[in-house]
Amino acid sequence: MPSTVDEVLAHLEERPDALLLSGGTDLMVEINMAHRKAPDEVVALRRVQELLAWRHEPSTGDADGGTVTIGSGVPYAEMEHGRLAALFPALAEAARTVGSPQIRAAGTLGGNLGTCSPAGDGLPVLYALDAIVHLRSARRRRDVPVGDFMVGVKKNVLEPGELITGVTLPVRRGWQGYSKVGVRNAMVIATASACLAMDSERGAVSVALGAVGTTILRCRDAENWLAGELDLTADLLEISDELAREFGQRAAADARPIDDHRSTAAYRGHAVGVLASRLLRRAAR
Amino acid sequence: MSDIPIGAPEIYRLTVNGESHDVQDAWLGESLLYVLRERLGLPGSKGACEQGECGSCTVLLDGAALCSCLVMAAAATDADIVTVEGLTQDAALTDVQAAFLDEGAVQCGFCTPGLIVAVHHLLDNNPAPTALETREALSGNLCRCTGYGRIFAAVDAVVASRADQASR
Amino acid sequence: MTEVSAPPATSTATATGTALRPGVLGTNAARPDGVPKVQGRFAFANDLWAENMLWGATLRSPHPHARIRSIDVTGAWKIAGVETILTAEDVPGQPNYGLIRQDQHVFATGYVRYRGEPVAAVAADHPETCRRALAAIVVDYEVLEPLTDPEEAIAGIREPIHPDGNLIRHQRILCGDPKATGPIVVEGTYEMGMQDQAFLGPEAALAVPDDDGAGLELYIATQWLHEDRKQVAECLGLPEERVRLVLGGVGGAFGAREDISLQVHCSLLALRTGRPVKMQYGREESFYGHVHRHPAKIWMRHHASADGEIIKIEARMVFDGGAYTSTSPAVLINGVTHTQGPYRCPNAVVDGYAARTNNPPCGAMRGFGVVQACFAHEGQMDKLAAAAGLSPVEVRLRNAMRTGDPLITGQPVDSVAPVERCIRETDALPMPPDLATDADVLSLPGGAGRTADRGHVVRGVGYGVSIKNLMYSEGFDDYSTARCQLNDGIVTLKFATSEVGQGFVMLAQQIARTILGVDEVMLDTIDTQVGSSGSTSASRQTWMSGGAVDAACRKVRELLFEAVADRHGLPALQLAIEGTDVVDTIGSLRIPVADASAGLRLDETVEYRHRPTEDLDENGQGNCHVAFAFVAHRAVVDVDPELGLVKVVQIATAQDIGRALNPLSVAGQIEGGIAQGLGLAVMEEIIVTDGMVRNASFTDYLLPTTLDAPTVVFSLIEEPEPQAPLGAKGVGEPPCISVTPAIAAAIRDATGRDIRRVPVRPQDICLA
Repeated sequence: MPSTVDEVLAHLEERPDALLLSGGTDLMVEINMAHRKAPDEVVALRRVQELLAWRHEPSTGDADGGTVTIGSGVPYAEMEHGRLAALFPALAEAARTVGSPQIRAAGTLGGNLGTCSPAGDGLPVLYALDAIVHLRSARRRRDVPVGDFMVGVKKNVLEPGELITGVTLPVRRGWQGYSKVGVRNAMVIATASACLAMDSERGAVSVALGAVGTTILRCRDAENWLAGELDLTADLLEISDELAREFGQRAAADARPIDDHRSTAAYRGHAVGVLASRLLRRAAR
Repeated sequence: MSDIPIGAPEIYRLTVNGESHDVQDAWLGESLLYVLRERLGLPGSKGACEQGECGSCTVLLDGAALCSCLVMAAAATDADIVTVEGLTQDAALTDVQAAFLDEGAVQCGFCTPGLIVAVHHLLDNNPAPTALETREALSGNLCRCTGYGRIFAAVDAVVASRADQASR
Repeated sequence: MTEVSAPPATSTATATGTALRPGVLGTNAARPDGVPKVQGRFAFANDLWAENMLWGATLRSPHPHARIRSIDVTGAWKIAGVETILTAEDVPGQPNYGLIRQDQHVFATGYVRYRGEPVAAVAADHPETCRRALAAIVVDYEVLEPLTDPEEAIAGIREPIHPDGNLIRHQRILCGDPKATGPIVVEGTYEMGMQDQAFLGPEAALAVPDDDGAGLELYIATQWLHEDRKQVAECLGLPEERVRLVLGGVGGAFGAREDISLQVHCSLLALRTGRPVKMQYGREESFYGHVHRHPAKIWMRHHASADGEIIKIEARMVFDGGAYTSTSPAVLINGVTHTQGPYRCPNAVVDGYAARTNNPPCGAMRGFGVVQACFAHEGQMDKLAAAAGLSPVEVRLRNAMRTGDPLITGQPVDSVAPVERCIRETDALPMPPDLATDADVLSLPGGAGRTADRGHVVRGVGYGVSIKNLMYSEGFDDYSTARCQLNDGIVTLKFATSEVGQGFVMLAQQIARTILGVDEVMLDTIDTQVGSSGSTSASRQTWMSGGAVDAACRKVRELLFEAVADRHGLPALQLAIEGTDVVDTIGSLRIPVADASAGLRLDETVEYRHRPTEDLDENGQGNCHVAFAFVAHRAVVDVDPELGLVKVVQIATAQDIGRALNPLSVAGQIEGGIAQGLGLAVMEEIIVTDGMVRNASFTDYLLPTTLDAPTVVFSLIEEPEPQAPLGAKGVGEPPCISVTPAIAAAIRDATGRDIRRVPVRPQDICLA
């Protein structure tokens, strides 16, 4: 088993079709269910220390700001508590909804990005925070904004021989939160999800929706509209019911939900509007 | 260069319940659950879904409670694995196992090994969980027979008895 | 501390005030299989293994309806490690099986009629080899239009999809005056989706052929060994004595193991290869491999007096039985005969239909047809309450059945019928505290998903009451067998009663301890080397197999007393068991049972039968059931009406159990049954579109987790049932029946929405 990224990349260079194994919570399901041809080549990442770490890089003059880079192998369980959770409360909230405690001990953002399901729990947070996804192969490095990384249902721009090494998120001032709709209170695939993050320094808001499109959706129209309605640099925001409702509707207008065995397009479209609206109300408190 | 596996290693070694086991002639896709049950003679962990959705296969791996059906066995070679069979060294019951029996938390028993491991993990990390903390910690373990009431009672009983012993 | 009811204390006192001996009836006796289960050493059928064993696997139809043009297995034979491949032409005996009508094929013949129907089976050296072999079998299907609407099946407007036709059964009930009416009329149409038993231990069997190839031993997780044996022997073309079934550890059943799944396939593969063969299903295959609860559509119209007393009920019930008969005829009868619920009803017109379609076959699941009827009749009672200006509790009390009142079939309910007590005691149980303003997010609808704040949540309360028949019906000669041996102070019981988790193995020991005054009771292997115990279903085993064990132990006790009486020159009638002694109730003789039985070899086998039942005539009249149990539920739910998410906060229940033979075990049945009823109310459904199952996995077939389980508070109503051999009624089914309509009613109460189907989906609450 490789213990450094360079070892992984050297191997991928030789065998670009090798399967990358992180927490196993998606890959092993496919193998167990025989949906994927039995692998003859797997690279296990669990001992690659660089992928298991995260670091905070404060910006000059701002010990609490700057960026945080999270290795692609950091399990969700680590994002639920402690310093990482304090830096990204929305990520902690999203991490808490992933699967079960057993899944959270193994599942990773790298896996979520690799699989790229529009219902992936961590993804709306990455979108709302304008995350950068770091890709490396033996021959080059790429830093891809998450919105460009995910291109369709279970489709991303990862090329053979590339490894997701981590994501970088900006530390934002301002409230952030995440909501996920599921019929059961644990171990449930989102039928609708949303992340809202305020950036009180720049006076902006981001809202990202999950499970209502072929990719995660950023609701630029709603974001711009709100920035026009309110001074988002203020410490205290005045959000009326009317404003919250309209914000929710504008956000939901970007949704392109479908009918499937889990839910209906009508419900999903309705639900994301409610989630966006409620997240905004919470931001104001 | 370190030893990156090309195809299935002919022999790989797993450390389970403190003992070393050589696994031979396995194919690469075998889960830890499969290897434990079919190759290592440890059928205590159960497979009810093979998707990580039921927790019946829960084992401890380097101290974390995971679904063994989602662990690729060949990639777990340097881990310290504990299964339900390894919770005690001898035939004696752990306090959690005894509490499950006393509180009526065992019916068909298929979910029981996974739950026993998960409860041990919970209480080793959080000796006095609240009711909601207990529920959340066990939310990855499905039980179809009991409706969980007697399971919660068993956890409560262990918490109380351990607190009682600690205060002596 | 966790918010659960306090575990029921062992009732430690008898009527005379003496303490109960540990392990006897009435105590929380320990399970004999408990230690191995908590240690992971208990051998489920899934854990069995034999030297020289092969693995078996099944090829299933990808289409809900198709004609088989040809099956080409040549590609599969080329795969190294494949030992045999079987199709329909390889079935040596009867090619069909079935619990009521033998209309289901061992392997599809000519046509496949449901998605997942078995077409072929293989035996090979490794499960992966099996998978590859199945993938290499080429079946040429002519895909046909599936019949998926049970109404079309009943109307007779579609070509029969089976030689026996598209109507499995129709039953009418005409009671009293069909023209009676009342000033209050309420009606509704109630729908129920397809629930799955979803037991955790997937299907598994190990078949070991005899050396002469003319018999075998089959280790199987099942509900009824002898019925399996009968069907397996018929399909193998072997005499029953050569087919020996042994119970492999069962990981739950709930009705799904009543029908044949892998028994015949596994046996055939073993006989054909001459080697032991193990088969087990994964979760996905398990969903395809067993029957489900019948989806149903029930219309009811209640006529009542201005005071809200039922005058007449009209009903039309349609149960979708799927492709094969299974137990649909019996499920239908249970449904229609329970139309009125636990209420007095002098007049009724009911038509019930069980339809055949190309949807997945449906059959037994805990509650067996009464779940569907109860959802409808309880919805009706709430409408009746509203129309009559009564509360949901008042309307039910006003109509509550009492012992002796008749069903609409004319059968007097002569069981103990404490319906009023069930309702009152349920209503008297404490309500949960209000949701706190700073309630933890996990206590809110949506849970850790953080969808709601406290202000978005509304609470509702709803009630449900039900009657459930116990045991089998319609003249079926049901019995159970038990053998009791007392050799040199050691008691051994032998029975074929399937232990599926419900705890019969524990109860049997309690009975023997009580009757014979011994502490240690050995249990022999559960297999077909003793007479049939019938099915572990219909809430019948405590009554039937408990009755058989009780009777066998009593016979042995009689013999013991005779021997002691002989030895000591006393009338045997004076002797009794006290604790662990034989005592002379008049004199001073007291001998430990162990000594009294030294040197004796006593051995009695008894068949226990309940009183006979009758068929229903063409008007649905007849005493077709044996006995009845009653239960009431109250549900408190918190709803987020804008998002349609539900949190079931508390279920309160008072259940008519006759006698608590093991109070802790009763608690387990109540809490477990409630969880299943909750699942049906808000999250469990097999989604079928055009005959295709869309969610054959635990990812999307959602079972309640620890975070979904409500607080359960309960009251046990112990009015001993005179008919029952131990005074106890079956407790397995009632807990899952009226809890579902209680939750639906609570959602209606919280939201004002007319909920008319379960499971309730978020959009049913928040969208038009």
